[in-house]
Amino acid sequence: MNNKSSNEEKKAVSRRSFLKGAGVTTASTVAMSAGLLSFKAPETAPKRPPVLGPGDTEVRLEVNGQQESVWVEPRTTLAEALRDHLHLTGTKVVCDRGSCSACTVWLNDKPVCSCMTLAVDAEGSKVTTVEGLADGDTLHPVQEAFIEYDAAMCGYCTPGMVMSCAGLLKRNANPNLDDVKAATSGNLCRCGTYPKVFEATLAAAKKM
Amino acid sequence: MADINKKKIVLPLAPNEEFGSVKHLNTKKIKLPHGIPGHNLTEIEREVSADEPPALAVNDQLSVVGKRTKRIDAIYKVTGAAKYTSDIQLPGMLYGKFLRSPHPHAKIKSIDVSAAERHRGVHAVHILSVEPGGAVQRDNGHDAPAETYHVDKLPVLRYVGQPIAGVAAISDKVAREAVQLIKVEYETLPFVVDLDEAMKKGAPLVFEEKVEQQQTGGDVGGEAGAGQQGNLRGPSIGSFYGGPRGDVDQGFNESDIVVEGEFRTQVQTHCALETHGIVADWQTNMLTIYASTQSTKSVRNDLAELFDLPLSKVRVITEYMGGGFGAKFGAGHFGVMAVVLSKKSGHPVKLMLDRKEEQTTAGNRPNSQQMLKIGVKKDGTLQAIDLTSYGTAGIGLGAGVGRVAQDMYTCSNFRMAQYDVFTHAGPGAAFRAPGNVQGCFALEQLIDEIAEKLNLDPLAYRDKIDQSEIRKVERKKGAEKFGWKRKQPGSDSGVVKKGIGVAQGHWPRIIHVDSSATVRINKGGSVEIMSGVQDIGTGTKTILAQVVAEELGLKAEDITVKIGDTTYPDGPGSGGSVTAGSITPAARNAAYQAKMQLLGQVAGGWQVEIADLDMEKGEIFAKSDTSKRMSFVDATKKMRTNQIMATASRPDDYGGFEVGNAIGYDRLGSVQFAEVSVDTETGVIKVDRVVAAHSCGRPLNPLQIESQINGGVIMGVGYALYEDRIMDKETGYMVNANLDQYKLPYSKEIPHIENIIIEQYGAHSSTDASGIGEPANVATAAAIANAVYNAIGVRIYELPMTPDKVLAALQVI
Ligand code: FES
Ligand code: FES
Repeated sequence: MNNKSSNEEKKAVSRRSFLKGAGVTTASTVAMSAGLLSFKAPETAPKRPPVLGPGDTEVRLEVNGQQESVWVEPRTTLAEALRDHLHLTGTKVVCDRGSCSACTVWLNDKPVCSCMTLAVDAEGSKVTTVEGLADGDTLHPVQEAFIEYDAAMCGYCTPGMVMSCAGLLKRNANPNLDDVKAATSGNLCRCGTYPKVFEATLAAAKKM
Repeated sequence: MADINKKKIVLPLAPNEEFGSVKHLNTKKIKLPHGIPGHNLTEIEREVSADEPPALAVNDQLSVVGKRTKRIDAIYKVTGAAKYTSDIQLPGMLYGKFLRSPHPHAKIKSIDVSAAERHRGVHAVHILSVEPGGAVQRDNGHDAPAETYHVDKLPVLRYVGQPIAGVAAISDKVAREAVQLIKVEYETLPFVVDLDEAMKKGAPLVFEEKVEQQQTGGDVGGEAGAGQQGNLRGPSIGSFYGGPRGDVDQGFNESDIVVEGEFRTQVQTHCALETHGIVADWQTNMLTIYASTQSTKSVRNDLAELFDLPLSKVRVITEYMGGGFGAKFGAGHFGVMAVVLSKKSGHPVKLMLDRKEEQTTAGNRPNSQQMLKIGVKKDGTLQAIDLTSYGTAGIGLGAGVGRVAQDMYTCSNFRMAQYDVFTHAGPGAAFRAPGNVQGCFALEQLIDEIAEKLNLDPLAYRDKIDQSEIRKVERKKGAEKFGWKRKQPGSDSGVVKKGIGVAQGHWPRIIHVDSSATVRINKGGSVEIMSGVQDIGTGTKTILAQVVAEELGLKAEDITVKIGDTTYPDGPGSGGSVTAGSITPAARNAAYQAKMQLLGQVAGGWQVEIADLDMEKGEIFAKSDTSKRMSFVDATKKMRTNQIMATASRPDDYGGFEVGNAIGYDRLGSVQFAEVSVDTETGVIKVDRVVAAHSCGRPLNPLQIESQINGGVIMGVGYALYEDRIMDKETGYMVNANLDQYKLPYSKEIPHIENIIIEQYGAHSSTDASGIGEPANVATAAAIANAVYNAIGVRIYELPMTPDKVLAALQVI
């Protein structure tokens, strides 16, 4: 916004204020119908994010330790930004609505569904995908154990499973079977690797 | 390009149009292991073609085959490096998207795609008028050239989601926008989506004319030329195991006890994690396809035929694929559309179905209503079996309930009538042990009822009536591991009642002789195996590496496996548990023939007989003179040519086939035990434990077989308790076309599963291996149902066994 003229800036501010006033809460609706709507935002109002789109917006991310910048439409999900723009296709999209966890990545070290996260909401964040889990040529112990215990069959759920299980070990170095089940309770595997995923994750925890 | 809309649907060759058995120039006699180790293992002599390798010893004498071997491609799966069809990105690639019918039954009055064509970023639009995969009316009038859009010649829309037109655009989002710009005027027609309603007189007709279905190798498809009345097509009265037997009515007259029941099973959807989809790249010299398929060659064959291309000009690649479970054969409507759009636009086009399309249009396990009646003598001998079934595969065929009632137990009087019922719903497809899973749910519950009437333990009764030697061993070992001790049904006290149950399954041993592989030994010691066969998550790559390594005295990780590409010799389609039994003998034979070539050169160099040479632990040596020894790698460095290679195909079974060119002797038997807890207040069933005892001939890799069995059991748990496609009768829509309202087993629903894998040698081929995919899934739901009965003392005859059904059975609601 720095290089915008003051006129433009004013327009932008008033547009934001209007949008705020036109929010769908009951209070503002009442206020509008009563003709009491104030176009001036109160001084204490929390800062609103800028209005983006419909064109492309720049999103800067740290992906697997690398500074990245992508130009995406605001409606683009983090999963799409990773897969289609950064060509990191390890992350899979299976349901695209938060019900299978195949798209699990770490956002600032916490597992999230990247199909349910807008890329713009991840601006400035640290993202870890399955491609970035290994330390160079040294696999993460969960990856090692998945190979050893045959926890990947077709492998399509595997990136999400691996990120969920490795995420668990980050929070809990000594999990029991129920902890592993809880950590993977959102991960769908139609091939049925669950018993092997449980075994592998418990074995990896022991090794770490 | 031929106009695909003018293409006649060609039914497959009847078996008698192909050559039968094969004669060999030279034969030899070899002795092979036969039977079950620890039970009845012996040797049997077979006369085989002279170029077959020597007999492979039983597993405990081998070094790679039969050993728990890590999946050779697992590293690419756990690191995200594995590229699936959905991950393919080609330069200039466009994204395809369908316009689909919003009505369960309608005619198209007008269609206007001009706004979609003008939409920025759109490169091609195409109206589809023949949908592969569904039943097709004979003499249908679907031959309008698409470009002129004769609306009166466009196909009748017969289910919600039926493809109408496709768009290729620069992004998935732009393609979606363009689809919304297509204007269609519909004339809606009456429809029916419910099995029972569809059978009623006067029900809206799905097809006015007689229909047939093109087969795609998925073991689905009603009998050609069967009768058709209203929405009812059939009956099928036989299978490849023959037709009716004996006199059923007399059998019942002579029975002391007759039991009967009406069983119902639901529609189950495959829910492979990777949806159906294709990337098509039409170039003048070659059509290249990336496909998420269970059969690379079926996609190639379909597209070559539809687009009038020689087989040599279509290349299909499936390097990794995210699950199929029976539904991914052939080009599919999306494949045809992707190719048309690629041809029209001059760009590669990617067309992956979204989850809703996957749930509604890409296949399912048809439902069933089964009336099963069994008569027995006082001593339990089966006297008569009578089965009538109805099921709907929507607009498709193949809703039968399989061959278990016909073939699992010996009964001289048998009769069945299986009917397909058309409804206005997406077409069914083969689904992991098609038919047999449904049939087993009915048969194995009724067998339990008979045992109870005879006052016999369910296992003891099966010992009496089951002729299968392998299942006998499975029952014994399974019962030991499970700790089989059954209380009286419903006798558990408390609110949560525990129960145990057992059920048996069986599956034919199916072989595709159209299965070939090339083995290549390179200077420097690298070894490759190449075949068109694909690995759909079952571990085909790894077992191929094991078989080749065993033959060459190497380790599995020494072998580079290049498969899933029709550039290589054709492999089998991966369905019906055919893959391991079909491709591994070809692989071993090719490895053996390449090895003989290498040994021939070594023998020439060392001046010894070839027969005196062998390979083991990375070395080549003379058996008569141990000082003559050289590493495999060094020997390859002395090869006269850069490469040595051999290609071999799956020969007929050593002992011949039981039926035709594909059905081998021996069934793949299974016995599964389940323990459940039933909450009698909430009606919730939880499967606590399953012991699964299985055979698959010679087990090649127990680690992968365990995974397959786990997968079959878990899918069976889903089928028994949770999964159900729900159609809204008022609108014809599937209301749970997603992965959250379509309930599936997740981590918390997984029982503790123990496997027993029993070696069984049949002397059928150079590896004597068989598949395990289908057998793993046949008996689970029936075992759970029997366990539920044991827990609460009331039987549930309908799947899925949801809380409402449990409470209704307990007469609580
Ligand atoms: S794809 Fe994100 S949760 Fe299913
Ligand atoms: S390994 Fe195939 S879905 Fe999990």
